[in-house]
Amino acid sequence: MPRRDDIKKILLIGSGPIVIGQACEFDYSGTQACKALREEGYEVVLVNSNPATIMTDPSVADRTYIEPLTWEMVEKVIAKEKPDAMLPTLGGQTGLNVAMDLDRHGVLEKHGVEMIAANAAVIAKAEERDQFKVAMEKIGLDVCHGQTVHTIEEARGFLGEIGLPAVIRPSFTMGGAGSAIAYNREEFDTLVRSGLDQSPVTEVLVEESIIGWKEYEMEVMRDKDDNVVIICAIENFDPMGIHTGDSITVAPAQTLTDKEYQRMRDASLAVIREIGVETGGSNIQFAINPDDGRMIVIEMNPRVSRSSALASKATGFPIAKIAAKLAVGYSLNELKNDITRETLACFEPTIDYVVTKIPRFAFEKFPEADSTLTTQMKSVGETMAIGRTFKESFQKALRGLEVGRFGFGCDGKDLWGTDEQPSDEEIRSKLSIPNSERAWYLRYAIKAGYTPEQLFEITYIDPWFLDQLYELVEIEEEIVACGAIDNIDQRLLKRIKQNGYSDRQVATLLNTSEIAVRQWRKEQGVIPVFKSVDTCAAEFEAYTPYYYSTYEEENEAPEKPEGKKRIMILGGGPNRIGQGIEFDYCCCHASFALREMGIESIMVNSNPETVSTDYDTSDLLFFEPLTIEDVLNICDRVQPDGVIVQFGGQTPLNLARGLQNAGVPIIGTTVDTIEAAEDREKFQQLLNKLGLHQPPNGIARNMEEARLEVAEIGYPVLVRPSFVLGGRAMEICYDHAQFERFVAEAFVVAQGQPVLIDKFLEDATEVDVDAICDRNRVVVSGIMEHIEEAGVHSGDSACAIPPYSLPGPVIEEIRKATVSLAMELQVCGLMNIQFAVKREDGEHKIYVLEVNPRASRTVPFVAKATGFPVAKIATQVMTGKTLDELGIEAAPIPGHVSVKESVFPFRKFSGVDIILGPEMRSTGEVMGSSERFSIAFAKSQLGAGIILPKEGNIFLSVTQRHKEIIKDLAKRLYALGFTLMATEGTAASIEEVGIPVQRVKKIAEGHPNLIDHLIDGEVTLAMNTPNGKGARTDEGKIRAAAVQYGVPCITTIQAAEAAVKAMEALREEEMSVVALQDRA
Amino acid sequence: MTQIAKLALEDGTVFTGEAFGASGEVDGEVVFNTSMTGYQEILTDPSYCGQIVTMTYPEIGNYGVNREDVESGKPHLAGFIVRENSRVASNFRSEGSLEDYLKENNIIALEGIDTRALVRRIRTVGALKGVISTEDLDDSSLVEKARNSEGLVGRDLVKEVIPEDSCQWEETLSEWAKLPGESLAGGDQAYHIVALDFGMKWNIARHLKDLGCQVTILPGTSTADEVMALNPDGVFLSNGPGDPEPLDYAISTIAALVPQVPVFGICLGHQLLSLACGAKTFKLKFGHRGANQPVQNLDAGTVEITAQNHGFAVEEESLPDHLEVTHRNLNDDTIAGVRHKEHNAFGVQYHPESSSGPHDSRYLFQQFYDSIAASKNS
Repeated sequence: MPRRDDIKKILLIGSGPIVIGQACEFDYSGTQACKALREEGYEVVLVNSNPATIMTDPSVADRTYIEPLTWEMVEKVIAKEKPDAMLPTLGGQTGLNVAMDLDRHGVLEKHGVEMIAANAAVIAKAEERDQFKVAMEKIGLDVCHGQTVHTIEEARGFLGEIGLPAVIRPSFTMGGAGSAIAYNREEFDTLVRSGLDQSPVTEVLVEESIIGWKEYEMEVMRDKDDNVVIICAIENFDPMGIHTGDSITVAPAQTLTDKEYQRMRDASLAVIREIGVETGGSNIQFAINPDDGRMIVIEMNPRVSRSSALASKATGFPIAKIAAKLAVGYSLNELKNDITRETLACFEPTIDYVVTKIPRFAFEKFPEADSTLTTQMKSVGETMAIGRTFKESFQKALRGLEVGRFGFGCDGKDLWGTDEQPSDEEIRSKLSIPNSERAWYLRYAIKAGYTPEQLFEITYIDPWFLDQLYELVEIEEEIVACGAIDNIDQRLLKRIKQNGYSDRQVATLLNTSEIAVRQWRKEQGVIPVFKSVDTCAAEFEAYTPYYYSTYEEENEAPEKPEGKKRIMILGGGPNRIGQGIEFDYCCCHASFALREMGIESIMVNSNPETVSTDYDTSDLLFFEPLTIEDVLNICDRVQPDGVIVQFGGQTPLNLARGLQNAGVPIIGTTVDTIEAAEDREKFQQLLNKLGLHQPPNGIARNMEEARLEVAEIGYPVLVRPSFVLGGRAMEICYDHAQFERFVAEAFVVAQGQPVLIDKFLEDATEVDVDAICDRNRVVVSGIMEHIEEAGVHSGDSACAIPPYSLPGPVIEEIRKATVSLAMELQVCGLMNIQFAVKREDGEHKIYVLEVNPRASRTVPFVAKATGFPVAKIATQVMTGKTLDELGIEAAPIPGHVSVKESVFPFRKFSGVDIILGPEMRSTGEVMGSSERFSIAFAKSQLGAGIILPKEGNIFLSVTQRHKEIIKDLAKRLYALGFTLMATEGTAASIEEVGIPVQRVKKIAEGHPNLIDHLIDGEVTLAMNTPNGKGARTDEGKIRAAAVQYGVPCITTIQAAEAAVKAMEALREEEMSVVALQDRA
Repeated sequence: MTQIAKLALEDGTVFTGEAFGASGEVDGEVVFNTSMTGYQEILTDPSYCGQIVTMTYPEIGNYGVNREDVESGKPHLAGFIVRENSRVASNFRSEGSLEDYLKENNIIALEGIDTRALVRRIRTVGALKGVISTEDLDDSSLVEKARNSEGLVGRDLVKEVIPEDSCQWEETLSEWAKLPGESLAGGDQAYHIVALDFGMKWNIARHLKDLGCQVTILPGTSTADEVMALNPDGVFLSNGPGDPEPLDYAISTIAALVPQVPVFGICLGHQLLSLACGAKTFKLKFGHRGANQPVQNLDAGTVEITAQNHGFAVEEESLPDHLEVTHRNLNDDTIAGVRHKEHNAFGVQYHPESSSGPHDSRYLFQQFYDSIAASKNS
């Protein structure tokens, strides 16, 4: 059947902010879907609250709404746009849940919107555990024995039937939130209670444990004619018990015979047909008992998923694009395979390489959180690598992880053979309790003489995978036995490289330098070739320029074309806190801009979730780890005329010096300038020269120096290690004890680099500025005023464009300072400056906190708030165009206010204190816009999941220095009709101004205390500014409990003020929706 | 210590790798298979007789070998090439390693070459004659041997793989070939099916048995009279190796059977059926070998993902009026299935018995059963 003509306008819902379990993959799938639908002539209306996405660029959809993803707000979009259909399966769990809400509340029926691809009944059948189980039993498939329960009593009753260990999975949560394994009754009770709370329908599934079984995922596609194909089978290296998002996974399946594979394929087809997903992609998970092959269906996602993005990148088959086309009526055999051009999309990709995905974690940001890997996802990003063998792809993926490792050990970071060599007991424990370090402990175990049988008994990792690891250790021993690099002949060297060993590992094993290994290797003629990802194992000619490196005979990457410039963009690697989608956004725009200018764009990245690793984003795509060795290898082959390092966050900047030294032409701001901005002394001289100020500061190389510095500067101070992103180990110290502790920690994180000590400016307003400079002229693209005071990491605070409280002259002064800094540094491309404005003696004094001559996290927000294509212009400037040539006068100052709010993963790390500080902990962001600041702020809160209440109890508890200001807020809240609750001290302040307040007990004061009120749902909003911090403090427990019980909790006085303002404004005006295309 | 082995092609290309099966020297037509699983089924598929098979998926041998997943009594291919052979076998059904299995069966195998480069070579120039050797490591000598080797065209390879005697087939499909509780029984009649074996994959016989039929296997050299003497309700024409055109004996047998009894042919059987009905066959550039080939059922419009293994195909232009195309390969539009308009006979170019490969086309066995039932009723 060809495309449907009865629908013209299609609504697409995005997945909102980046959170654990929902990352860039839905920007990738949503962007593909928008493009695919518009290619077919449909008008696309998009709603997504996340400004950092490519999909919310005004050119991607016809009508773009950056609005909170609640059914009420989406209804407003529907009422305004009157779409004919809604495609709910491309926006992750969030998109699906909003679609279900819209259906439940009759919105779709009321406005005559048809749900295409999968309707509400189908979605419920797949997602609702009981319905799913009944469906599976109907088609004769085995499921895990389990029962959904709604009360703790029911749960205990069922536990009697299945016994411990048991798995608890809350219904309708994203990324398996709240899922965990209980090994004893106490754990069981705790997990069931928190699961019931986290589930939006107060329902959990209690299941028999199948921990240790082999785990698989099948990516399935179906069309209206009931053609079904499998795009990819993924096998988990880590068996059942660890969320697939937290597992090392491998494509294709490695240890299934054809008989078992086909049986799983049959089951997949049966599942998608029975559930009734009409068209598009689904993901089905299976477990297989390694002892007897018993197969169990675990679950199904009736939508594109993180795994489908991975499968798309792993095979070259664009699942989301095809899913969008199937949704509008095409059949698979009516669509071409883009890659081969001649064959059709109706086939099953076959690959001739091995793909390994490894998750990246951020436990260092949440030291109080439980770092055990369970059935609830905890990773924040992932990297993927392609090699001709598992060993090669596994080692490539380990170095692509960017955690300072260069393969499976042997990289100078091993504990093995050092004083800290783990004991047998420690090894056993790190293997048996899954954790993010397990790969390294597998190696230690092999070094310690564990047999494969022993390792299997402890980990249940398939013996085939284990043997691959043993082989790697054997090769390592062979390298060591050679003694010196020139004893390694060409044949052995090639074998070493074919097994994924990096030059760095070889150098470490032979006590030589990476450069020496590289030279010897090139002399021996052992250089990588690049092979293409073509969906068909070379059976047909491929036209898609998507490559990976390997050590083989034949090279497929094209030679440099005559007369055409080539520019390479280095991406940001796996998502982590502090570096994520914002930088991918910049890299994609760089590529689009280059292509528009007729320059061949080359993308290098290792993150499978992203738009940048879509095969049609750039002219050439290299899916490779971002290390000096891997990037130089590509440069050797493609000979770029320029390499862009300022768009991918810290990752490419860390490579810049090494690349430049190897003769690679870095374009834009010079490496010297980038380094100068990080050099404290040079920076200070620069500021002095320009007459700019910075807070008193010092630099320390050891504890003694640190003590001297702080004596000079005076408390409070901010300490941080140099050369790290995201405020890692950055702390504010108010006294000596804190100072001693945090400086010591900073030295550990700094790894030999000095620690920086700055005077901390209390009660100062922070301002972020983005600018573009062409070495002659500067355009300030955005001035953002933070809501939270300076000291809260800029990535964690909310901010507004344009500034909402700073006086005009101050803004003008900031603008001037920006221009002079950019000119003095001779920036070419993007730059970001952080200022602090402090009122001193009745005057505003401006301090420069930090200058980053590179793209910042705020680039996409600025672009969305102002409509100014920042990344594109910066790219043009870097290729040599001047701002004058481009006709850029000044960036527009928008007539409306946009507020960015950060989104945190606290719900995944229960018990963690949520107060904001200098160390960044947010994973994503949302944006709210309106004519008025207060309404824009309200929207940003709603988008971030903080529902500002209209009535009920509000709990207030503030630190001593906020006791005055809280009086005003209490008055205003009382005037809005709220009843107030407070702890003793705060209550006393409030009563002073004659406002009634209910006193609540602190935890130490017995029951019923605040936590009991939170549990009982009596509190609609908590405002709590900290005296101290930490999960063990009383107030830390209160804040953690608020998160756990889903009560919005505001922890800074500035945000509290903004929230009160917003609640007042909401009484006067409703939130309305406006498309980006309609903004001036 | 590893043993060096080489592959030389008639076009002069030489690949150097390591031997991991038997030692020696063998020539054959070098082809590739794109299935990611099912190497044991491929090794034992008699249709590969005379061929050196390259697996495009690089990691082979991971799950070992077992007695159940075989498609005939032993491997029939000439040689086997992989990127990397697994030194361990991991699967609860595994009974041994691939390497030992190849050695026991005297199959020469090569690993460690750039198999993708080899595949691209074959794709570009077409299937090539080649030699694998662990003995002669002189490039020019090996290339010469490859050029002088016999090749497949015009050669009767069937005679090398057919059984000597007839037999009754009793084995049904393995429990691993079906989902729990899945039944593939055709109906309540135990029809007698005579299968002409030209190198038949056992899973075909297992399927016929699962239908609930009595299955008699006759060597492919049997005459029509010998077949009809068994009083069959239906005749099945099996797959087999090589070029169908030299098989005059089979073509005349089939021509005589078609008007008398329902006939179903798979792969070589389909080609022989077409030849018997007056069509011609031709050699494809490099054939179809894999488990992901899309075939459209022209009656239903739906697409099946099929397992294929053929180097020859039925020529469209030569199709007589009484044959109609029922299935088409969507990759290159070649004929994937035909039906006789007047007689109860049909054939498909691909492998509905799969093994290895997807099960999408199993319905054809039921179709055969139903066509027998229909012939009984008319």
